[in-house]
Amino acid sequence: MEPIIIEGTPKTPSIKFDAREGVFEIKGRSIPENSVEFYKPLNEWLDQYMQGPLDKTVVNIRLEYFNTSSSKCILDVFKRLESIHRSKHDVEINWFYEEDDEDMLEAGEDYDSIIKVPFKMVEIVE
Amino acid sequence: MSFDLENLVSDLDIRGAVLYYKGNVDSDTITKALDLVEKKLFATREAPRLRKKVYNVLVESLQNLYHHSDRVPRGYHAARPDRFGMVVMEKIGRGYRITTCNFVDAVRVKELEEKLTRINRSSPEEIKEQYKDILNHQEITAKGLGGLGLLDIARKTGHRIDFRFKKYDNLNTAFRLSAVVAPV
Repeated sequence: MEPIIIEGTPKTPSIKFDAREGVFEIKGRSIPENSVEFYKPLNEWLDQYMQGPLDKTVVNIRLEYFNTSSSKCILDVFKRLESIHRSKHDVEINWFYEEDDEDMLEAGEDYDSIIKVPFKMVEIVE
Repeated sequence: MSFDLENLVSDLDIRGAVLYYKGNVDSDTITKALDLVEKKLFATREAPRLRKKVYNVLVESLQNLYHHSDRVPRGYHAARPDRFGMVVMEKIGRGYRITTCNFVDAVRVKELEEKLTRINRSSPEEIKEQYKDILNHQEITAKGLGGLGLLDIARKTGHRIDFRFKKYDNLNTAFRLSAVVAPV
């Protein structure tokens, strides 16, 4: 399965989902006006990956900003990861937030309370 | 004097505003406004927490205009009538006030007013729970909208959202929304 790699823009995050390594990353800003359009290929890629996931999948979310429209799309990504986890495969989500960014920490805690996947909050100290 | 959206913000300091814009609100406009404000927030060395909150609230405010402005009334001058709005961002003490104005169809006023009143009557904990409930249970629209924008503004600012309506004619109403981001 080919990795999905997307360069970041001022409004959309960089994406690197690599099925051979089992390491996925979303990094940067996710504030597009139409987030569904941006996240659609990611979710389609994950639908394929779910057919034969690795024993362990690590997901790193390093977002600086995200809008409410993206928040739903990110949840869709997490729900697919939850499905992989339910099928007896290890999944770990690392939610990175900058020190003092309580809003980003709270956003991670929201997802943690909704999604039944091991969720780790990782503080970035500047 | 004919009505202009600026009539809704006559009490604001437009001349001294960090950001003032009136016109077509498209994706490019939003990108430029965010870039300008971010540069200004860095130049004035605002604390990272305040800078991020202001940026977040501005994103949601501008995208509210982009997604939810209704067509301007017939006869109202606007180069592009479908996504017309106004934004004013002022420095207020050590914080910032972000105000947006746009037209909404008169039939939407009651629903919008009820929604904002409900948000303003909710405690921070209730707002957090409402946000999570909508995030988890409400269907996403084709544009990725889920009705979270106003709740997010309320949650990030921790203050009541100031809003007012002014009837334009029987079909159209001018709508003003203000959120204050205070230092944390």
